[in-house]
Amino acid sequence: MEPSTTTLDSPRALVGGRRICQPVLMHDHDHDDHHGHSHGQEPASDIALRVKSLESLLVEKGLVDPAALDAIVDFYEHKVGPRNGARVVAKAWSDPDYRTRLLADATAAIGELGYTGGQGEHMIAVENTASIHNLVVCTLCSCYPWPVLGLPPAWYKSSAYRSRAVIDPRGVLAEFGTVLDADTEVRVWDSTAEIRYLVIPERPADTAGMDEAQLGALVTRNGMIGTARL
Amino acid sequence: MNGVHDMGGQHGLGVVIPEAEGSAFHAVWEARAHALVIAAPTRGNIDAGRHQREKIPGASYLTMTYYERWFEALCQMLFAGGFVSADELATGNANPGAAKATPRLNAVDVPIAMAWQGSYLRESVAEPAFAVGDRVRAKMMNPIGHTRLPRYARGRTGVVENCHGSHVFPDSHAHGGGEDPCALYTVRFTTRELWGPDASPRDTVSLDLWEPYLERA
Repeated sequence: MEPSTTTLDSPRALVGGRRICQPVLMHDHDHDDHHGHSHGQEPASDIALRVKSLESLLVEKGLVDPAALDAIVDFYEHKVGPRNGARVVAKAWSDPDYRTRLLADATAAIGELGYTGGQGEHMIAVENTASIHNLVVCTLCSCYPWPVLGLPPAWYKSSAYRSRAVIDPRGVLAEFGTVLDADTEVRVWDSTAEIRYLVIPERPADTAGMDEAQLGALVTRNGMIGTARL
Repeated sequence: MNGVHDMGGQHGLGVVIPEAEGSAFHAVWEARAHALVIAAPTRGNIDAGRHQREKIPGASYLTMTYYERWFEALCQMLFAGGFVSADELATGNANPGAAKATPRLNAVDVPIAMAWQGSYLRESVAEPAFAVGDRVRAKMMNPIGHTRLPRYARGRTGVVENCHGSHVFPDSHAHGGGEDPCALYTVRFTTRELWGPDASPRDTVSLDLWEPYLERA
């Protein structure tokens, strides 16, 4: 518990109360059904209301600053996203020295562009070639390189993708319209530690005269996860 | 733990439904839940958070969305940490006379906190047992606690393709056992080794695995 010097004296945040969650007690750990127990209480309300109720409760108790929540949401909606990664890729395509640095130490090379923070602590860039195609997954949860790609799309977090990307990568790729010939080597990277992988797609043909901004516009999020070729 | 979260290789979990690049969140509540997890006083141990989500009963886990799992795990950690009581979670109201805390993360500090470049690399306490090119086997093990060795790799043999130094060991860190840094390797397995002779002859799957998961092959 946080140390405190004051006492809550605000009125009850929610008239009538609203159940947020049924805590699992230690002796319940082996039970498989705590979500279904009524314990004589109202069932939990829908998720949007429960989140709102928890936020109210934590704000009332002084455990979170609502303005900090606003700032965090703003950060993930506006400051990170796949355009960051696209800039990394376009620079690697345009600047051979940068490409060399990126392949040698992706964390530092990405940091050069100002992209740092949680879920980007240890970056590795893997490069697609005419004969090698890379695909990134996290089978155990949904690890994803937030500073360069933002938050993952729903499909990346889905049971379908997490289960199939390692056993049937070519089938998954085909569902994205990416059909690889049998001679191409598929390298799947299962993000089981704090290493995060960024796929450097092959530079499309007929882009010789383009600058970094024009190239960056060609780079897609799926291309940097590996479910698409550009 | 051998939970349903360990999904690699399972069949019957649906088809992948692609989605256009768009907003980070699909609903306002998802954004608030994400921010609550980052700002809450339970922040700071990524392994404990992952394990809390893994402990969601399997039948529920599979029907919950990603952020529903985040929210459920957050509630459980707030309760286990003594930050909220069962009554408070039942009613949504702070207990009368409950202590008023000071938020650990203020809005003004958010930009610095979000860009802060942490590291899971630690000073090595021992020479790594394996080197790039070594053949290693993922141990057959079934710990009931947190682990990052998926079932589909256990007992399989691969080749060390990268050594990353000593990283915080999740199997200890998730359970309050300290960081216990251990050598971390990227190990490449052929898909035929993992899935049998029907798998593509060219393809590989690489996993990042700590030394206690591995033995020389």
